[in-house]
Amino acid sequence: MSEALLALDNVRAVLHTRHQSQALLNGVSFSIAKGEALGLVGESGSGKSLTTRAITRMLDPAFEVSGSITFDGAPVLSMTPSELRSYRSMDIGMIFQDPRAHVNPVHTVGDFLTEELVRNRGLTRDEVEHRAVALLDEVGVRYPERRLTQYPHELSGGMLQRVMIASVLLAEPRLILADEPTTALDVTAQSDVMAILDEQRRARGLSLLFITHDLELAAACCDRLAVMYAGEIVEQGAHVYESPGHPYTIELLGARPSIDERLDRLPVLRYNRDIHEQLKAEA
Amino acid sequence: MLLVLLVTSFIVFGMMYLAPGSPLAFVLGPRGGTPEQVAAVTAQYHFDDPFFVRYFRWLGDIFQGNLGSSIVYRQDVTALMSGRIGTTAALVSLSAVLIAVVGVGSGMLAALKSRWVDTIISTIAAIGLSTPVFVIGVALISVFAVGLGWFPTFGVGSGGLDTLVHLILPAIALAVASAAYLARITKAAVNEERTREHVQTAKVRGLAPGVIVRRHVLRNALIPITTVMGLTVATLIAGAVVVENVFALDGLGSLLVRAILQRDFAVVQAVILVLVVAFVVVNAVVDFLYTVIDPRIALGSRQ
Repeated sequence: MSEALLALDNVRAVLHTRHQSQALLNGVSFSIAKGEALGLVGESGSGKSLTTRAITRMLDPAFEVSGSITFDGAPVLSMTPSELRSYRSMDIGMIFQDPRAHVNPVHTVGDFLTEELVRNRGLTRDEVEHRAVALLDEVGVRYPERRLTQYPHELSGGMLQRVMIASVLLAEPRLILADEPTTALDVTAQSDVMAILDEQRRARGLSLLFITHDLELAAACCDRLAVMYAGEIVEQGAHVYESPGHPYTIELLGARPSIDERLDRLPVLRYNRDIHEQLKAEA
Repeated sequence: MLLVLLVTSFIVFGMMYLAPGSPLAFVLGPRGGTPEQVAAVTAQYHFDDPFFVRYFRWLGDIFQGNLGSSIVYRQDVTALMSGRIGTTAALVSLSAVLIAVVGVGSGMLAALKSRWVDTIISTIAAIGLSTPVFVIGVALISVFAVGLGWFPTFGVGSGGLDTLVHLILPAIALAVASAAYLARITKAAVNEERTREHVQTAKVRGLAPGVIVRRHVLRNALIPITTVMGLTVATLIAGAVVVENVFALDGLGSLLVRAILQRDFAVVQAVILVLVVAFVVVNAVVDFLYTVIDPRIALGSRQ
């Protein structure tokens, strides 16, 4: 593999509560090369979002994180607060699932877009607004000038997610983390937003960690897939979608509804923690 | 808003009408008067007219700026009140400033600083919240006025800075409970806003902690804070009645208490009406502030 931009090696996140300690990430290892897109799929609670939180160092202090996360050679887990701020500001960009909740409702779209660059990089607001307008236009937001003075509640979910994407692109990061960026949107907006994200990413040669439930979507826009189960990556590679090797992946792919044949009931996954532990013991 | 005022004016007037006791007894003294005297006084003050006639005459007078005249003081109510309204207004505003500064300030400290700061502030707030105003008033007088002699014990002073010094203790007494309450609300609001998703966005974009607190936490926490602040200032107007009596301030509150005891209808009605107007105005200001603070709220919104 070419040089890795982001590399996770045996990352574990243990949640310590008063009564018990539970490992929610159980030795996650993967890497993303420059310009590469990795799709991280898996069921709810498998640790996908937790992984992005570990990468962005946004985990609650109650978690004990071990292993190593390196970004372009720099160890993320041992960054000082100021290094961490510059890493978050310059190197990575995060797109969240629900733009409505993740954009502050009391500031205008223009405030939201310009805030980071004006405050962290000392650019003037006019300068940033100029670039923001161009970017909004690129991601398919009509009347971009007018949007700047509007408030988030005046925009539709799809529009707001485009604004979110524009805000990330504006900061010119090297890696985009997208945590189910289309799940909260309606179906037509989903494909539009995903197409824009994919197109912009490729045009700029950015790396992407794409988290989703949607295997097909992930396969379509990512170079490689990684399948998570119970805080572990059970299988990863470019082959996963076409020729899955792990029993869980096989079942997961088998449980998708198909247009060609109509089933009364979709297959239910029989894979569970017991089988998982057993398989691990055998390996 | 006008409707609210009209309805309250009716209720205020009606309540006094229904209250037991007659102003006649006060005007004529404890032994009562001769039937001729009774008839003369009744005619002079229109005591015999039907309720609605009296209500509309009163209302009509108010619109002409005439709040009636006091039976007890034999003086225009407007004149009676104009001297005192300033005292009450100064007391309430001074105390509102104290509440805003101390309440919001300590609430923020409790939410953002260490657990120790939180525990100390929450304890003080609980004590402040559960102590009655008159106890606080008397305690303040005995410690700071009588004991230490830093402040005068009573009265409003001779204007300007002297009045301010005279009003400090009463304003503190009036502010304690509300400031404690506002501190709690601020703490809760700040803590809640801090866990919002949009704050995470701000954090993951690498914004400085100070910027996040100011622009994303406090700014959004202002919505509940403003609500409580508005309600608080409104109740201060009523709370001033007690404090003015404890500190012997000649304000609207003490005037009201005396007027009620003396069945001085015109004064009671006028004072209450002024308090209600103040209450309504404060609420209108808060409603307006909402639209400034939260763009999702529009005045006269049809949603």
